[in-house]
Amino acid sequence: MSLRPEDVQRIAHLARLAITKEEGERTLGQLNDIFGMIERMRAVDTEGVVPMSHPLGGAQRLRADVVTDIPDRERNLANAPARQDGLFLVPRVLE
Amino acid sequence: MPLAGLAKRLAAREVSAVELARHFLDRIERHRGLNAFLDIRPEVTLAQARAADERRSRGESGPLLGIPIAHKDIFVTRDFASTAASRMLEGYMSPFDATVVERLAQAGMVTLGKVNCDEFAMGSSNENSAYGPVLNPWDTSAVPGGSSGGSSAAVAARIAPVATATDTGGSIREPAAFCGITGTKPTYGRPSRWGMIAFASSLDTAGLMTVSAEDAAWVLSAMCGFDPNDSTSVDRPEEDFTRDLARPVAGLRIGVPKEFFAAGLQPDVERAVRGALETYRSMGATLVDISLPNAELGIPVYYVVAPAECSSNLSRFDGVRYGHRAKAHGDLADMIKRSRAEGFGPEPKRRILIGTYVLSHGYYDAYYIKAQQVRRLIADEFQQAFTKCDVIAGPVTTSVAFGFGEKAADPVSMYMSDLYTIPGSLAGVPSMSIPCGFGDGANASRPVGLQLMSNYFDEARLIGAAHQYQLATDWHRRVPAAFAG
Repeated sequence: MSLRPEDVQRIAHLARLAITKEEGERTLGQLNDIFGMIERMRAVDTEGVVPMSHPLGGAQRLRADVVTDIPDRERNLANAPARQDGLFLVPRVLE
Repeated sequence: MPLAGLAKRLAAREVSAVELARHFLDRIERHRGLNAFLDIRPEVTLAQARAADERRSRGESGPLLGIPIAHKDIFVTRDFASTAASRMLEGYMSPFDATVVERLAQAGMVTLGKVNCDEFAMGSSNENSAYGPVLNPWDTSAVPGGSSGGSSAAVAARIAPVATATDTGGSIREPAAFCGITGTKPTYGRPSRWGMIAFASSLDTAGLMTVSAEDAAWVLSAMCGFDPNDSTSVDRPEEDFTRDLARPVAGLRIGVPKEFFAAGLQPDVERAVRGALETYRSMGATLVDISLPNAELGIPVYYVVAPAECSSNLSRFDGVRYGHRAKAHGDLADMIKRSRAEGFGPEPKRRILIGTYVLSHGYYDAYYIKAQQVRRLIADEFQQAFTKCDVIAGPVTTSVAFGFGEKAADPVSMYMSDLYTIPGSLAGVPSMSIPCGFGDGANASRPVGLQLMSNYFDEARLIGAAHQYQLATDWHRRVPAAFAG
């Protein structure tokens, strides 16, 4: 398998990453090297092997559906790149 | 001085926590050239030290009360900036402390500051930090290893007596080996991941850089414990990891995997590691030949699993609630794309792209599920091996620390740095690196690490075995000449 330049642009779009044409071309060779290395794994016979999602297995614990956080609005907003009236500010999405 | 010695002097009031903090802050200042620290705030450190002294004067005691520690910049902290060594999070002030940070503070530890690392803990050389690489105190033309290179360099240079670190594929053990110190990664799920800036959640494990295994035992005991805020935290009683320090290694079965001594292992590393195994044998341990046949598939498996999880975890950086936002942008989607393009460095971008691809429609089964299946094969091999031995031993890395720029242009060759550490990460078993010698010839000042691994939850035995070796040898007490005294 080998990625083409248009694949890199498509993946970058899915990942919400803006990449220039030059950056895409430079990355293409590296990604193909990496996927070449990954190919070895795909040849292993894994018929019937249960995928391992977590070293200690088992289902993830769920917590009770109750309010536990004490939101510190000021501290949480303090890192916002833009804010207004105690809210996060983003470019207009509805006209 | 060992932590136990510092604790004794603090308890005897021969030194105060404030004096101790000042001593290390002075050393940090004197060795700024290492670039180990990303944020120091002496007023915060000294206030914490004063609080520790007050706790003691009120009658509190405890082995860590007043002992300084540096935190890897992957752990979020309220009082120091938390950047993950990324431009994305430049100046970020967390609203809360990571659980690990909080637990160590409760034990009375005093924060010296935040230490450098590879961006979002992605890298094996520290060259991926957005704030410049850390230098290896043993040889400043060599990398300190990564991703926890600031943690390892700080402890090696004795500008911090202990530092937290994180390990996803080798990020504690490889830099510990390269810097000639003791690195400890406990069982996955033992320390909380709450407040550790997430990279690959099924692999990320908090741990420590220390001068000795004994020091690790003390600090790890305070660091680990169940945390309801981390859904993969292991619900087990807290343990005293110092309990097996005095246990002799006579009768200990040490498994030696033949795959860890195959082609690619440099002769000087092999010599030092075989020498350490011989020391164990002379102390009464038994060496057992074992095999981990699929271990070499660890790297391809890891470079599917870790990027997949990273692409998901790093999707939270959208320039909306925190983190970098591009100055020039169009609509919301464009703002997100440009903010991420500007905020992330090349390595996180590469891994986001790999991860997005392997999780995308039509490729998920062929890559991600396949990798999880091979991961299980590797983990199962560890369980088979542990029926024949108590501890597994081998090299941490194929070579001593490499030079700056040597592997930076070729990601695949950089990824191979973690050949021997990734299998244990995929299995999730506890693992350590302890110093066991130096390289040959031009590499005579670059340290070699011995890797020790045990089965799940067997940290006390593992650390005990490391401590017994350190009682018989003095590699861990060596300090690079420029930083002695």
